Amino acid sequence: MPAPEPRSALEVLREQISRLEGGAGRRRAVLPFGLEEIDSRLPGGGLTLGALHEVAGGGCDAQHAAAAGQFSAGIAARTRGRILWIVSRQDVFAPALMQVGLSGRRVIYVEAGSEVDVLACFEEGLRHGGLGAVVAEVARLSMTASRRLQLAAETSGALGIAIRRWRHPTGAADFGQPTASVTRWRVSVLPSVALPVPGVGRPRWRLELIRARAGDEAVFDVEACDGEGRLAQSARVANRLALPAILADGQGQEEAGRRRARA
Amino acid sequence: MLSVDLAARKAGLRPGTPVAKAQAFHPDLTIMEADPQGDREGLEKLALWLQRRIAPIVAADPPDGIVLDTSGADHLHGGEPAMLAAMVQRLRDTGITVKAVVADTLGAAHALARYGRARMLVVPPGGVVAAIADLPVAALRLPEGIVDGLHALGVSRIGALAAMPRAPLALRFGPEVACRLDQAFGRVAEAIVPVRPVEPVEVCRNFAEPIGAAETIARMIGTLVPPLCQMLEERGQGGRCFDLLLHRVDDRAEAIRVATAQPVRDARRLIRLLCEKIETIDPGFGIERMVLTASQAERVGARQALSLLGEAEEPDLSGLIDILSNRVGMRALYRVAPVESDIPERSFCRVPALAPDDARDWPDHWPRPTRLLPRPEPVQAMAELPDQPPVFFIWRGVRRKVKCADGPERVFGEWWKGDAELTTARDYFRVEDTSGERFWIYRAGDGEHGETGSQGWFLHGIFG
Repeated sequence: MPAPEPRSALEVLREQISRLEGGAGRRRAVLPFGLEEIDSRLPGGGLTLGALHEVAGGGCDAQHAAAAGQFSAGIAARTRGRILWIVSRQDVFAPALMQVGLSGRRVIYVEAGSEVDVLACFEEGLRHGGLGAVVAEVARLSMTASRRLQLAAETSGALGIAIRRWRHPTGAADFGQPTASVTRWRVSVLPSVALPVPGVGRPRWRLELIRARAGDEAVFDVEACDGEGRLAQSARVANRLALPAILADGQGQEEAGRRRARA
Repeated sequence: MLSVDLAARKAGLRPGTPVAKAQAFHPDLTIMEADPQGDREGLEKLALWLQRRIAPIVAADPPDGIVLDTSGADHLHGGEPAMLAAMVQRLRDTGITVKAVVADTLGAAHALARYGRARMLVVPPGGVVAAIADLPVAALRLPEGIVDGLHALGVSRIGALAAMPRAPLALRFGPEVACRLDQAFGRVAEAIVPVRPVEPVEVCRNFAEPIGAAETIARMIGTLVPPLCQMLEERGQGGRCFDLLLHRVDDRAEAIRVATAQPVRDARRLIRLLCEKIETIDPGFGIERMVLTASQAERVGARQALSLLGEAEEPDLSGLIDILSNRVGMRALYRVAPVESDIPERSFCRVPALAPDDARDWPDHWPRPTRLLPRPEPVQAMAELPDQPPVFFIWRGVRRKVKCADGPERVFGEWWKGDAELTTARDYFRVEDTSGERFWIYRAGDGEHGETGSQGWFLHGIFG
């Protein structure tokens, strides 16, 4: 009787890790961005459905979460079904969400009075499973709370987006704390590309993928969501497309390398 | 006009006067549309109230009467006169003008209440014949045709009619005249079809030992809800609002109220909604009685839940909506629907989360900011008049140099809303500062005419 083929150590390790992560044998559905540059960096080729993702604004936007909100709305717009949008203080302007393809008919707002209520409603929404995505604006997100949310999302397959938003700029330091979310993004505004005529061009964002489970950090410069919630390659990056992809976002790559070296 | 009040009667108005004529006499007349359906419902309600107060057999007698069978009930109120007086007084206190008569028969009481002179009258037993002899024949509940016919014969009083031979009357007018006469004199029995009170859907439970622990209360809720849902199902109804009353041993009551977006009779869902609120009550020294009521119920039809053909149905969100709205309140859960207004803060309104969709949407030709400040914040700005965007502006203490801008988008005041908005205008600009942040700012006024606004600058929104 021939001995079974010895499996490579790497395969065994991978199996162990996937078992530890709880996703044993199941391939999770993903929501691709439709941008090769970003999707190739995300495990599975897109944002994992049935998982919690964190988005925060960079700089001044940490307080207003305008770009972060628009980015989340763009993601939510590309899911199917209704969206639950949970806030503690309402200042979302619905016509703007419509301009990234998220019609007012699809969004149900919940104005929860306190952070505790926001998290409770968030978990309830994720657990229900009949929603396309659940978006919640939270300031503080502890490891325990995020783990509960992540588990709720895993059981129902709903996409959870936590917009981290602090009423005071100093709160943004909280973003360094670890949570159980699958990816963590920071969206900062970039100056738009100058037009040949007076006026404001298409908004541009710097997307920093700060953390991705089973993936690397990366930085992308993109053009903001269009009428259907899709991002586009930034003109400046597009100009450099002739370069190998590894150089196109070289900065992020280097940074990631450095961090790994430090670790 | 169908009916007039006392003041109008004093002013010389009578039912049957044309409205135009009455208005010509009294231009400041208050006129209300007749609502026969509402009147009938009101009468039924009043009948139910009387049924609880006075006697068990009560019927509404539309359009304007209520019949009570008080046999055997009057002694509870201290005799017929006392009962009548108390009843009339109570009704008068609530603003109802009443004439009340007690008589042996329904026919006689009906006639005396409408055609008699007395506001309140007790006809002694056996006195009916004498009491109604003087009333007009119309008091006998006869159709108009017969009454006219009797008048043509020269018979106008009931006494005279009763004295006439029956056979020719029956030959000429049919059996009705004799029948009504017999009913009035008590020779023929007349049945009353009483109103039936609608029992509230209610389940209660008493405890031999008072309970207090949250888990026990939850378990008891679990035993109360299924029978209630069963009752709702038998009636083909679903509850929109449920009240759970918990009577404590110290004679105080705690209450839990849950409301649902759609009629519910699903026991599991209801148990969950109620149990979530257990923490809001204070059991004190213990609870000895729990009463669960569906205080607001609506008709629910059966619905096919699963179809093998056709496309997948939209997932049912009403369960989630109920859970959330019981946590944060019904008003804190909403969708945003467009309103036709160019003024940003008026361009949307809140609608219930499960309101039916309409096809409208906001116009799409101008970019709109992701965040709209609750109220526009004044900024200091320097701009070239009349219609150039600002060169820089200072908001919350930070000076921002404008790199590029779009605009102006002029929004005029809604002159139909009030005089203050007759001339006002706003010029909106989308500006981008040197660091790439984009804002929505406007000038109150058109930059040329003082009456259009203060010409000050405001920041109204932040773009993503």
